[in-house]
Amino acid sequence: MTVASERATSAPAAQKVDVRLEDVTKQFDDVVAVDRLSVGVESGSFFALLGPSGCGKTTTLRMIGGFEQPTEGRIYLGDREVSRLPAYKRDVNTVFQSYALFPHLSVFENVAFGLRRRAVRGETLRGRVEEMLRIVGLGGMGKRKPRQLSGGQQQRVALARALVNKPQVLLLDEPLGALDLKLRKQMQLELKAIQHDVGITFIHVTHDQEEAMTMADQIAVMNQGRIEQLGTPTELYETPATAYVASFLGASNLIAGTVSGANTVRLHHGPEVKVRPAAIAGRTGEVAVGIRPEKIDLGGGQENTLEGTIFEQAYIGVATQYLVDTDCGRLTVYRQNASPGLNGAAPGQRLTLSWSPESTFVVDSMEGSE
Amino acid sequence: MSAVAATTQPRGEILSSILAFVRHHVLTLYSLLFFAYLLLPIAIVVAFSFNHPTGNFNYVWQGFTWDNWRYWDGVPGIRSAVFLSLEIALLASLVATALGTMIALALVRYGFRGRAATNIMIFLPLSTPEIVLGASLLTLFLNLNVVFGFWTILIAHIMFCISFAVVTVKARLVGFDRHLEEAAMDLGANEWVTFRKVTLPLIAPAILAALLLCFAISIDDFVVTYFNAGSETTFPLFVWGAARVGAPPQVNVIGTAIFVIAVSGMLVNVLIQMRRTRAATS
Ligand SMILES: Nc1ncnc2c1ncn2[C@@H]1O[C@H](COP(=O)(O)OP(=O)(O)OP(=O)(O)O)[C@@H](O)[C@H]1O
Ligand SMILES: [Mg+2]
Repeated sequence: MTVASERATSAPAAQKVDVRLEDVTKQFDDVVAVDRLSVGVESGSFFALLGPSGCGKTTTLRMIGGFEQPTEGRIYLGDREVSRLPAYKRDVNTVFQSYALFPHLSVFENVAFGLRRRAVRGETLRGRVEEMLRIVGLGGMGKRKPRQLSGGQQQRVALARALVNKPQVLLLDEPLGALDLKLRKQMQLELKAIQHDVGITFIHVTHDQEEAMTMADQIAVMNQGRIEQLGTPTELYETPATAYVASFLGASNLIAGTVSGANTVRLHHGPEVKVRPAAIAGRTGEVAVGIRPEKIDLGGGQENTLEGTIFEQAYIGVATQYLVDTDCGRLTVYRQNASPGLNGAAPGQRLTLSWSPESTFVVDSMEGSE
Repeated sequence: MSAVAATTQPRGEILSSILAFVRHHVLTLYSLLFFAYLLLPIAIVVAFSFNHPTGNFNYVWQGFTWDNWRYWDGVPGIRSAVFLSLEIALLASLVATALGTMIALALVRYGFRGRAATNIMIFLPLSTPEIVLGASLLTLFLNLNVVFGFWTILIAHIMFCISFAVVTVKARLVGFDRHLEEAAMDLGANEWVTFRKVTLPLIAPAILAALLLCFAISIDDFVVTYFNAGSETTFPLFVWGAARVGAPPQVNVIGTAIFVIAVSGMLVNVLIQMRRTRAATS
């Protein structure tokens, strides 16, 4: 009953857009950091901005937070235009990459800072700060100074300091960048759980595709100040729109070809392969087809086939990686190690590779892949 | 035991052990001499503040007395000179530190036309000989037909103090994490609240240091003051005047007092810093 009614009320809320950027451009002298970027972030979602160093992620986030003003375009929070508002007039809070904890204030006062600015006092203040410290796992540490905490603990204080204000949107700029791998993995899951609990929209900047895939509902892949593709992790991985996205998220094999029918592409140095008609999406002429390494079978059996010779194999635990030379170039194939030991295929062996049309995607060109 | 050992040692070994002793302690000896060189004049100033001179000159020890301390203002003119110096030093250090802090903020924070030039100009008073500063200020005031006195001294002191204040505060601001201020604004603090709650507490040690430095520079300035004092007499001018006819021991009293206050201020500062670092590491 309650679950059903909750669904009913949360469903329309999910349609609501919390943050909207319209044709936002940011220029620093002669550098265009963000280039006519438009995007909408749904209320309550975990949204990741993913891209390589220097692609404009931080700049985009800083414009939403109010630390930078767009050269052109408009930014909306809910229905309100905030493009020119200073940071302290926006219902948005930020977790900085360097944490930016106030070194002269205790952990308690750091977290209380935002509430004090809004005249929350006395027991209410104490209650809210202590509850938030408990949520992030720092109960009883309020009296310490930031420099007396470990990196992971400081990170939690930064999170608590932002979340305690119950902002409409929380911005996170590579918040886990300074943590070691193990702690990072743990914090990824914790952050996701906290976001689930508080129901606040998170916009998370990262250059780590795995992190984005683990945490986000929606990922925007950025490249040189623009969004290359926006979608769920599954959409981005299974049907990347460009070669750039395909190579940025995981590994992929790209083969040049020419569209030869409603659902066929002729490879330049190989046979004609079948793809889904939706994958072609009206493209004509030169294209590139892509197949993820784990979707290729060693041996026939699937509709699309290519002859090749194993060049090298590498055992990487969960799978074995094969490099296979074909007429269309060297392809990477992953084969899951379902049973112990190697699979028997060895370098020098000739074989047939095959894959299904469903797991084949098409992009405009090879350009953008490394 | 050691006596036995010494008697059995041949002469050459004794010599070399003496050499080894010297080699080990030559640095200690050198340091002691160095400190004696530094501290002896101060010790003499302090000691002669308790002297009971018979004539005009306070150069020969005659006997111990508290009288100079009890009647520290027992010399005509010394009281007003001390108070004038304190007043000037207080006002000059306050105004110079306030202005210097703002200049430092502007220089570090904002790119404006002429920033590089300002940066150089700030260093000019630090590197210009005082006598040139004093003389050129004198010329300026003469040209402007300003009446010499309290205000000209104050203006002159503020002028040469500002540079010290700027340099001191700037050093702290350069290492300042701008994200801290952004974080404050992010949490709802406007510019003024951000300055009061975040910027100011974090640069407070530098501001305090600038205040003390300016005070110290102002209170003992002679050259620039001499040019611009008119008929007013600050404490250094008083000492200079008095020295020509034989400085009274009260001069030593004031000198000692300033020294003691300065050193204890420094000690307090060191203690506070030590306590802080201990609290931070525990
Ligand atoms: N204040 C600034 N002045 C001049 N150029 C800037 C400024 N801030 C950013 N840029 C430039 O804008 C571009 C985008 O920078 P941004 O910091 O947004 O990248 P990013 O995607 O966050 O990269 P990273 O992953 O390395 O943090 C870069 O080329 C950068 O040099
Ligand atoms: Mg960045």
